Amino acid sequence: MIKGIKKWRLFSLLAALTVFLSGCGEEYISTLTPAGQVASDQLDLMYLSTGIMVLVIIVVMIVYILTIVKFRRSKVGENMMPKQVEGSHTLELIWTIIPIVLLLILTVPTVVVTYNLADVSGMDKKDEEGNATAVTVNVKANLYWWEFEYPDLGIVTAQELVVPTDEKVYFNLIAADVKHSFWIPAVGGKLDTNVENVNTFYLEFDKPSNELETGVFYGKCAELCGPSHALMDFKVKSLERTEFNEWVTNMKDSAEAQAPQGDLALQGQEIFATSCIACHAISGEGSTGGVGPNLATFGDRNRVAGYMDYTEDNIKKWINDPEEYKPGNLMPQPEDLNDGKKYTEQELSALAEYLMGLSVEK
Amino acid sequence: MSLIAEKKSFGAVLWDYLTTVDHKKIAILYLIAGGIFFIIGGIEAMLIRIQLAVPDNDFVAAGLYNQILTMHGTTMIFLAAMPLLFAFMNAVVPLQIGARDVAFPFLNSLGFWMFFFGGIFLNLSWFMGGAPDAGWTSYASLSIASPGHGIDFYALGLQISGGGTLIAGINFLVTIINMRAPGMTYMRMPLFTWSTFVASALVLFAFPPLTVGLFLMIFDRMFSGNFFNHLLGGNTIIWEHLFWIFGHPEVYILALPAFGIFSEIIPTFARKRLFGYSAMVFATVLIGFLGFMVWAHHMFTTGMGATANAIFAVATMAIAVPTGVKIFNWLLTMWGGNVKFTTPMLYALGFIPSFVAGGVTGVMQASAPLDYQLHDTYFIVAHFHYVIIGGVVFGLLAGLHFYWPLMFNTMLNETLGKITFWLFFIGFHATFFIQHFLGLLGMPRRVFTYGADQGWDLFNLISSYGAIFMAVAVVVLVANIIMTIAKNQPVGRDPWEDGRTLEWAIPQPVPFYNFKQTPLVRGLDTYWIEKQEGNKEGMTYAEPVMDIHMPNNSIIPFIMAFGLFVGAFGALFNGEKAWAVPVLILGLLITFISMGARSLKDDLGYHIHKEDLLNDKGGKH
Repeated sequence: MIKGIKKWRLFSLLAALTVFLSGCGEEYISTLTPAGQVASDQLDLMYLSTGIMVLVIIVVMIVYILTIVKFRRSKVGENMMPKQVEGSHTLELIWTIIPIVLLLILTVPTVVVTYNLADVSGMDKKDEEGNATAVTVNVKANLYWWEFEYPDLGIVTAQELVVPTDEKVYFNLIAADVKHSFWIPAVGGKLDTNVENVNTFYLEFDKPSNELETGVFYGKCAELCGPSHALMDFKVKSLERTEFNEWVTNMKDSAEAQAPQGDLALQGQEIFATSCIACHAISGEGSTGGVGPNLATFGDRNRVAGYMDYTEDNIKKWINDPEEYKPGNLMPQPEDLNDGKKYTEQELSALAEYLMGLSVEK
Repeated sequence: MSLIAEKKSFGAVLWDYLTTVDHKKIAILYLIAGGIFFIIGGIEAMLIRIQLAVPDNDFVAAGLYNQILTMHGTTMIFLAAMPLLFAFMNAVVPLQIGARDVAFPFLNSLGFWMFFFGGIFLNLSWFMGGAPDAGWTSYASLSIASPGHGIDFYALGLQISGGGTLIAGINFLVTIINMRAPGMTYMRMPLFTWSTFVASALVLFAFPPLTVGLFLMIFDRMFSGNFFNHLLGGNTIIWEHLFWIFGHPEVYILALPAFGIFSEIIPTFARKRLFGYSAMVFATVLIGFLGFMVWAHHMFTTGMGATANAIFAVATMAIAVPTGVKIFNWLLTMWGGNVKFTTPMLYALGFIPSFVAGGVTGVMQASAPLDYQLHDTYFIVAHFHYVIIGGVVFGLLAGLHFYWPLMFNTMLNETLGKITFWLFFIGFHATFFIQHFLGLLGMPRRVFTYGADQGWDLFNLISSYGAIFMAVAVVVLVANIIMTIAKNQPVGRDPWEDGRTLEWAIPQPVPFYNFKQTPLVRGLDTYWIEKQEGNKEGMTYAEPVMDIHMPNNSIIPFIMAFGLFVGAFGALFNGEKAWAVPVLILGLLITFISMGARSLKDDLGYHIHKEDLLNDKGGKH
């Protein structure tokens, strides 16, 4: 009997936990499932502030409900004339001082965390050989795509950020055209990418993204930037440090490693070399400055154009009519590159084949 | 008055309203215009919720959605909420302080027409190549890059209507400072007058930064200025500061008069004087003052640095204290009272928990590091709708029911009013409560669509269903208004029976000159005092019946504002159409000539003679 109750208790706890966890959203995008120190600091502040605020709400609601119940006209009578009270200095003092105390409780951690999160001194630390100890990423936000440059490592990629886990990763943020905002909800709060100045902060990634259901963390643009603002997503792969180092090495060799395999891919490369290459680099080695996203790791990507499912069909759709899928984006329509004609189905297949072969991980 | 009005032809009534300088009629104009814009903004809101009801929806296209969200915000703030508050300020404040009109009746009319033409101009963008699409905040890099004329409509339209608002604000300041009846000391002013006073001061200091910002934007877009072009030494962050130095006090410009309305309603229907009157006044002034110290909390993620963020975080939290004081004083006003659940009182009771919820999420966002997560997400959308709807719109709807008998001498149907309240209240919470969680689950705001299976699908659907309730509530309200006007059943003076302040003491329908004799105010809640002492007149008078000096009606304010409206088209199409410059000059000429006419022609008004006043049977109860 007692055992049964215990089981029942466990079950109800489990049920409550399930409801709670499902209420926290998807762990690759929810701020309630923090995957790093920054996000968990911020979540702690949320619990603290929510706690204080719920306390305030409870007090207000108790007085409120008592008032409505006790002093309704149907209860106290139509002709009851209330005493005309002027006020009470004691009460005014109480409800001035108690909120001040409650706010002070919130103020202290707020100020401390504000300063902590702004501490980017680790960015300039060098080891004995003069190499930076931490990974720094220069993020450049463009109309509906993201460029990630690793200045100390001499590599650059786009749309999918790759970072090492369990260490501080520093970010320099700027926008190339209009203001955007760089946000990876599960990992930490956002920071704007302004057009005129570089903003700097750090994030920490606690777990490798391959443990996630989607394999990547979701990143968002959080500042209205034009018609396709909603589609300006990026993805984040967090790797163990050793895997990350491997990825960096592969990126440096990507120009050779990504040689096309098979006739179709070769045909694709030919088309690419006469049109796409004007804007899209295919080598991961290099620095910022691409007109369009660097495609070095296109074969390893999780999404097409940052948000569409990664399928050959979607790649073809995207190349065939970028304006349809991201209104207002700056990629030319194919007819602008191909003497006023759309690419044929066969040419699109060739391009897709070629692009899907651009991999450093496979 | 209403009987006489009915006998007039439609043309005569129209002319009367076009030329009126009477604060009571200008209040009705504000009410109608603000009401229409409220419905337009509401339709835009419904389009937004339809689009977001399901993921990957294509009900509205990406670019069009941005226009809708921009116009929804701009319309609701500038063209609906503020004018509707001005409607009640105009209708109530002069009566509440025992004045015959506002200090500058001519300017009052000019302020209305500038708002009106500015609003029409802004909305014409829909039919002239597309509405503004950079959000109501219109951040500089995006708004400078925005193609078409949408942003030009925004900048010019808001400039014109903002001028009208500034005029109205100054007018109320002067009115309240100078035109209070004898005995109406500052500390005997009803709270609605106090909050109008403070809000008007906020208008005076908050609108000039907006004006400056809009002019810089107009120069940048129309005359190739480079204030916000960083490639040529400009800076877009300046716009953010200018906008929010205006934008944050704007929140209090809206909220404080709504607080004022509740501070009138709660004592009336609790039949008890406002608890802690002086604390309430002090809190109102303090909120107004602190409202200018916190603008940068809208920019925590702009990259101002830890010190600025920390300072603005703490300053922002401080505002919670006077706001809390107000909440508790309202509760204690009802405590020990005799609470009657009329429609206005229901809104006041609905307001308290809703606004507390909106306020506490504000404190959460004041914690800067937490705001890095919450900023520009649906959490913020939820928060400011809790404040603006739970605070301001509830206040407006409460005021509409409460002051309707004062303005029209009829009473809105109470049953329909309560149905409206419950539909609106339930719909409001269903729509917006869940949006807090959408934000926490990672949904950015201002997105025209979202991918399925990110954990947001169900909550968005619930939110859209909630919006339907609010829409139905507004339909019921409109039906209620139409029925009430059709029935036209006079209710006379003090229809709520427990009126406390001077406006309820005046005979209905209110004579066009308001007070035959200026009243003598003998304390806070002056009408209540007179009623308690058994004074049937409801007023003690400060003067014998004398001639009353009245201003003449004038069409000049209408023409003046119309000139700016015409000129704005010229400025907008400058460099594009051949007729642009002539039209700009024509518009400005219309305005300047009417200003000249106003200045050069003596308009001394007229007197209502003592004998006529004594014979005037109309307006007696």
